[in-house]
Amino acid sequence: MSPDVIAMVAATVLAAATPLIIAGLGELVAERAGVLNLGVEGMMVCGAAVGFAAAVESGSTLVGALAGIGAGVALAAAFGLLTVGLAANQVASGLALTILGLGLSGLAGARYVGLKRDPAPHLAIPGLTDLPVVGPLVFGQDGFVYAGLALAMGVSWFLWRTRTGLVLRAIGDDPAATHSLGLPVRAARFLAVLFGGACAGLAGAYLSLAYTPFWAPAMTAGRGWIALALVVFASWRPGRVVAGAVLFGGATVLQLHAQALGIGLPGQVLSAVPYLATILALILLSLARRQGGSLAPAALGRDFTPHR
Amino acid sequence: MRLDLVPRPHRSPLAEALAPALAFLAAVLVGGVAVSLLGVSPAAAFVVYFVAPLSELWSLQEVAVKAAPLALIATGLAFCYRANLWNIGAEGQFVVGGLAGGMVAIATHGSTGFTLWILPAMLAAGTLAGIAYAMIPALLRVRLGVSEILTSLMLVYVAELLLDYMARGPLRDPAGYNFPQSVAFDEAARLPALMEGDALHAGVLVALAAVGLGAVVLGRSLFGFEMRLVGASPRAARFAGFSAERLTLLAFAISGGAAGLAGIVEVAGRIGQLQPSISPGYGFTAIIVAFLGRLSPVGILVAAFVIAVTTIGGEAAQIDLRLPLDLTRAFQGLLLGLVLGADVLTRFRLRLVAGTAR
Repeated sequence: MSPDVIAMVAATVLAAATPLIIAGLGELVAERAGVLNLGVEGMMVCGAAVGFAAAVESGSTLVGALAGIGAGVALAAAFGLLTVGLAANQVASGLALTILGLGLSGLAGARYVGLKRDPAPHLAIPGLTDLPVVGPLVFGQDGFVYAGLALAMGVSWFLWRTRTGLVLRAIGDDPAATHSLGLPVRAARFLAVLFGGACAGLAGAYLSLAYTPFWAPAMTAGRGWIALALVVFASWRPGRVVAGAVLFGGATVLQLHAQALGIGLPGQVLSAVPYLATILALILLSLARRQGGSLAPAALGRDFTPHR
Repeated sequence: MRLDLVPRPHRSPLAEALAPALAFLAAVLVGGVAVSLLGVSPAAAFVVYFVAPLSELWSLQEVAVKAAPLALIATGLAFCYRANLWNIGAEGQFVVGGLAGGMVAIATHGSTGFTLWILPAMLAAGTLAGIAYAMIPALLRVRLGVSEILTSLMLVYVAELLLDYMARGPLRDPAGYNFPQSVAFDEAARLPALMEGDALHAGVLVALAAVGLGAVVLGRSLFGFEMRLVGASPRAARFAGFSAERLTLLAFAISGGAAGLAGIVEVAGRIGQLQPSISPGYGFTAIIVAFLGRLSPVGILVAAFVIAVTTIGGEAAQIDLRLPLDLTRAFQGLLLGLVLGADVLTRFRLRLVAGTAR
């Protein structure tokens, strides 16, 4: 393969990985605070629908992305109210959020099915972007890709290099102890959930504004769930979310290429690859962790009600 | 200002029965606002959604035929959810059950002589396939500690793709003009209609019997008690010597079997052949039904009926009022959220306290 082809494949892998990176990082922060939000798929698909609608109406990709974030935050706020405010069951509430999100996205996007707009602009720095191989790959991506990578660094810095990040992780491990230190458990959890929603919405907006770029009902096709699996796979570490997302992106691209080349396998088998790969990754991870014990935040999925 | 949750000293049965009803009422009100935003009179929509499906014999039959698989799947799921196990892949187990049972019907297609065994064999194959498919996430959880939530969901996509492949490929009717569907099942491979020429078929009775059995087992047997105890207090269950592994496998077997049975009942009852898609999302809707029914079989029966009415109403509203089907889905998601929220109010009292958020 020529270097140019490799660069092109690498760019498509990165593009396929970006929504998983963004959504996965958001969920990682929420789960580090001890809240398991299974509604990523719902927030993501709403972000895609609302983001695309806003971009078409305003003619601006940025407005679209912001609207996508807003849709994710709004749904996450409802989820946070239920699970953090009212201590409702997190798993069931997350499922409700997914069902609600899929329905709402269909309503919001109904008038925009079949419309097309130009994909989000790619970076172009004269001189740098024109460099062979490295140029387009490093300096020629769209804003979402850079945002995703910056987010990974930001989240990593926040969680391990700031006091607030330490508090957040402590809440995810032992909310009762953190509460008795006088730290705001439920407020922090609520904000972490909102951050997760913002990221999921942005990831969805990336799909409809840059990746495809159009709106189709249920276009997330399980990516929200894969992002959830990715957080487990990454043992709740931002760097590994990026690495895992690139692996999954690679599997997706491989599957598309195999389909295009007409390998003697039925299309359905290839379409099942991402889902089977997710299961396989979770199995391998748990095999590798047999002795080490769980790395999950100790209070993940447990509600917290301060009693006094 | 701060919102505090104060645990209620006693659980009140009245409040627990009222909570889902109030949640339903609230969801209907929000739905009414949404409908009027879409430019349709809420009163007209209410009639189409909730009254019309109950007013005629044929639509009541449709409601029963839709409610049956929902109640069946949800009763199985109640076992899992009571034990704090999260099988959210009932949709996949439903599809696999329909596929396996359907394959029995296709393999015996055109056979003459003694054919009475075919239908029971189909139902058994569907149930067993559902159990086997549910064993994948259950065993992964028990043996390797892999989250059953994610694996059971991923297997839904795999099952749908498998059925799609089989219906378009190996199982396609060779004389079917390339339509992606199998042969139409023989009479012996169909669940008989309860009233000549109508939609109501014997599968509704199968589902009712299974829900009844589920109610007895969950509410009246030691096994049901173990299941409920593991969910309510894992520590107490450990001290009592109940094996969490065994209960996990059994809960998944029950829910997978129920979903698989519902799948083959749908194929042998309503559809009568295999198609690339056999479910309008019953496995997911059943999750709503399970919680709306407060995870008790009797409640689930009522909830399945209510959800089936709104689904039939939603289909009618799409035709009569040009209201999108997504509205029904959003309504059901909203309903589940409100039911969960209302549930909390039966366990806690809300108190607003001055001071900062904690």
